[in-house]
Amino acid sequence: MSQFLRLTVRKSTPNESMMAGPPNLREQNQAQKVPDLRRRPRLRDLTIQGFLFLCGFLSIFITFGIVYELGKESLLFFGNRQWSSTNKPLAADISAEQTVFEVGSSGTPLQGDANYRIEREIIHIDSINGTTLTVQRGFGGSPATAHRAGLTLEAELRPDLVEFFTGSEWAPHNGKFGILPLLNATLIVSGVAIVVAVPLGLATAVYLSEYASLRARNVLKPILEVLAGIPTVVYGFFALTFMTPLLRSIFGTDVVNIYNMASAGIVIGILILPFVSTVSEDALNAVPRSLREAAFGLGATRLETALRVVLPAAFSGIAAAIILAASRAIGETMVVAIASGAGPNFTFNPFEAAETMTGHIVRISGGDMSYNSVDYNSIFAVGLMLFVMTLILNVISQRIVRRFREVYE
Amino acid sequence: MANSANGNYAIKAENLSIYYGNFRAVREVDLGIEPKKITAIIGPSGCGKSTVLRAFNRMNELIPSVRTEGQVIFGGRNIYERDVDPVEVRRRIGMVFQKPNPFPKSIFENVAWGARVNGFKGNMDELVQSTLKNAALWDEVHDKLDQSGTSLSGGQQQRLCIARAIAVKPDIILMDEPCSALDPIATLRIEELMRDLAKEYTIIIVTHNMQQAARVSDLTAFFTLSEDGKRAGMLMEYGESKQIFTRPEKKITEDYITGRFG
Amino acid sequence: MNLLRPRRGFTETQEQLATRHSRGKLVLTVFQFATLMGVIVLVVLLLTIINNSFGYSAVENKVDPENLTVNGVPLEGQTKEQLVAALQQNVSAGLFARFEHDQPIAERDAANIYDLIQEYVISPEVVESWNFYDSLTRKDEILVLMQERYPNAELQFLSWVNWDFVRSQQSSHPEIAGVRTAILGSVWTISIAIFFSLPVGVAAAVYLQEYAADNFINRIIQTNINNLAGVPSIIYGILGLAIFVRAFAAFTSGIAFGAADPSTANGRTIISAGLTLGVLVLPLIIINAQEAIKAVPNSLREASFGIGATRWETVWSHVLPNAVAGILTGSILAVSRAIGETAPLVVIGASTFIQVDPEGPFSKFTTLPAQIYQWTVRPQGAFHNIAAAASLVLLILLLALNATAIVLRNRYSRRL
Repeated sequence: MSQFLRLTVRKSTPNESMMAGPPNLREQNQAQKVPDLRRRPRLRDLTIQGFLFLCGFLSIFITFGIVYELGKESLLFFGNRQWSSTNKPLAADISAEQTVFEVGSSGTPLQGDANYRIEREIIHIDSINGTTLTVQRGFGGSPATAHRAGLTLEAELRPDLVEFFTGSEWAPHNGKFGILPLLNATLIVSGVAIVVAVPLGLATAVYLSEYASLRARNVLKPILEVLAGIPTVVYGFFALTFMTPLLRSIFGTDVVNIYNMASAGIVIGILILPFVSTVSEDALNAVPRSLREAAFGLGATRLETALRVVLPAAFSGIAAAIILAASRAIGETMVVAIASGAGPNFTFNPFEAAETMTGHIVRISGGDMSYNSVDYNSIFAVGLMLFVMTLILNVISQRIVRRFREVYE
Repeated sequence: MANSANGNYAIKAENLSIYYGNFRAVREVDLGIEPKKITAIIGPSGCGKSTVLRAFNRMNELIPSVRTEGQVIFGGRNIYERDVDPVEVRRRIGMVFQKPNPFPKSIFENVAWGARVNGFKGNMDELVQSTLKNAALWDEVHDKLDQSGTSLSGGQQQRLCIARAIAVKPDIILMDEPCSALDPIATLRIEELMRDLAKEYTIIIVTHNMQQAARVSDLTAFFTLSEDGKRAGMLMEYGESKQIFTRPEKKITEDYITGRFG
Repeated sequence: MNLLRPRRGFTETQEQLATRHSRGKLVLTVFQFATLMGVIVLVVLLLTIINNSFGYSAVENKVDPENLTVNGVPLEGQTKEQLVAALQQNVSAGLFARFEHDQPIAERDAANIYDLIQEYVISPEVVESWNFYDSLTRKDEILVLMQERYPNAELQFLSWVNWDFVRSQQSSHPEIAGVRTAILGSVWTISIAIFFSLPVGVAAAVYLQEYAADNFINRIIQTNINNLAGVPSIIYGILGLAIFVRAFAAFTSGIAFGAADPSTANGRTIISAGLTLGVLVLPLIIINAQEAIKAVPNSLREASFGIGATRWETVWSHVLPNAVAGILTGSILAVSRAIGETAPLVVIGASTFIQVDPEGPFSKFTTLPAQIYQWTVRPQGAFHNIAAAASLVLLILLLALNATAIVLRNRYSRRL
């Protein structure tokens, strides 16, 4: 009852609470007056929330950065004119109007109907007769000037998209920009890796999930974790010092090169095996017990249950795992850099040496490199392609998981 | 619309409807809670009792898909207005949950933290002691205040949660089936505590235990599911507990109380 | 009464049932073998490394250390003055002047001079080395071989991995090269990486789990983070090259702060490497922290909100303290991952030849895995040995890290 009286008394002084400022609010309210429920400007909370959001948003910046950098340099790669020295000198001084002149015999051979550059001027070779060139001067709006003897011509390198995707030779210095050799090597190495990892990994997963006793699992799972944690460079060392000699002794040293794709592929397969096994096992474990029990109840053997009931039920998870593993194999660098070979080579023979996309990037950037050379820019074009390939695979695998997850939830 | 004796309410729901996504879980509730009394909310499972209780301190907002229509009047204004601070609402309207959930901190900290965060500047030791005494827990824990709150028994934990709630000096205490996870002896102790607390605080308790509601409450609100097939919870009858449990006005109330359904 | 009803239409015989069972057993054996492959591979890998880390080597010295004894006192026991004298006598004036230029003789200590004598005077060269297995089984054969090919060489049993190996600095001579420079480089880069990415990562995870409503932007952020976790590490290397090394060269080389390393004023520095690694592990840290935060029971949050705490107060006082264990284990795992990363650092420009320890964030750098890579691709045999030894060091380091993570995880989860 006294509470009721206090309520009515408070109601006659409504202005009091309105005038109270924030600092004393809590004390005043503790004294049981009309509660001030107005929103407080909790500045500290707002700033903290803003900071946290920025941190979350940072990831967008990172992706943006990757796409932007790769895209920008690739554009430069495909867009700009790039020049590479032919080491072929002018035989004599030439004037600004001269359209026929001699060049030395050393250096890279010149090609007809192609652009070359002398100092700042671009010339277009109409015809070649021995060491005599007939050219158009001041091509493409460049200034036609006189040049001294001994200056070397620079060849124009013009990578274009079509050639990039269909060309079968990668030799940037000679103007050959076909990515197929690199792409092919990447696919072969990854293919070998998948062929090694998927059967072994799946079999391991089925064994661990459907057959293994608790004790066996407690021993085997840590071993798989250790395998997964070994740095890739150590795997590369292993490929070079163990796998390659092994292959050479099995198939003969004239069949198997010291650097070869098979060795790298097998070791990458071992590298991703724990991944395939763990993710597949998770998928198998997610299949509810009731399904297995139903099959056993019908008199199926353990094998039949595992292969015909559980495995198909976990199919989507396993498919996603395989696709992700392929993505990792494609992006793997150190093993191929060490064991696969250091020169682009378009071949289907896995025992030959060939450079993959990732190996190429490492080789170019590991050496001396100037920032605006063809080689530097080519890293970005190759890198962009790598990024897009792995992104597509990752997205596909996520889609598969999402589409089929609803079945169990 | 059910009404109670006098017109001054500690908190009042007006035309309150609560939606989970597109599904209306609670329909047009008009319910005025009298101050410094114990009001019980009873009804069959799924009729929205907890949802209505949590609407009183805006706890439903923590669930993303929930939408609230109507008003809840407290301290002279609708607490769902835009410029009302839910944090302050929750300080003034405390809550005790079904499963005791003390913080994994010391018993002292459990009581002190809420007060400290809400700006208490006085003598914390005194506050903790008086709060624990009011929660009928002091005698049992006064010598182990630095032990973890989770090391207590279930009933003690729930009393600790009650202590934690009253440490910030609320006006109203909401209790969501506070005894359902406790044994009968612990339950009785909490019921005793409730009657003591009602001298200072307004208490609203949701319970599926009718005997408890009959023992403990001054007023009872009976909720049930609507019969139009839409399965929305609605307030069926509301009045003094003595009357509800002996001569309920509606048949459906009587059916529930006598155990014919629910 | 016959309780077994005949099953009409089912024609399976005892034999067929037996076949099913035996087929099952066969396939089970296949599965077990496949699983065993994983174990076998691990054992083989470790053995390969150990095999290459120990063994006989034919060592030729340019100058016999016995010729350098003074009054019967071997090099190890000589004073600094004696060592300096020995050094001066046996190297060219130009080389001696270079030593003086790099670091004045007066400032160097005796151990340093001893190292110089080892490298430039005695100059031991491993002309051929054999692995552990061969060393054990073909010792006599090796002895004969060695007499034929390298009459001047001495046969020593070397354990390529020893304390000197860990303590010595990098060198172009595999015999005296050590991994100290590389280990320090690794420590520096990882520290910078964690220093930047742990707070940012945890903050992002807190935002995504505690604050973010389920709207378009936040879903994009989450998907984006999941995708970033799957990007090949070399792409991060390219990103780091373009941005940290090149675009921010003024900052990462230290020029902007006036602290540049005079020998290489470019962006290929420790801080570039550290930041690149930080960006690389950021998605991992975020995802992991998210899991740890998700594991905190919701009842805790409700209790905190119920007594009128704000969201940040709830997060800071209740959610984070209970998620700390998971976050800690996760960051240790991120560190293990970062330690083993090679490709991005090679792209950024891990130095192939540095001999001085890193002095600060603007120094040139190399890391342990980068060092292993560089040694593995050298043709001389002895480099394979030290590559193996370095791999062993790296593996032991990782083992220690992961063991710590497991111990921490067990200890913390019991406390809760």
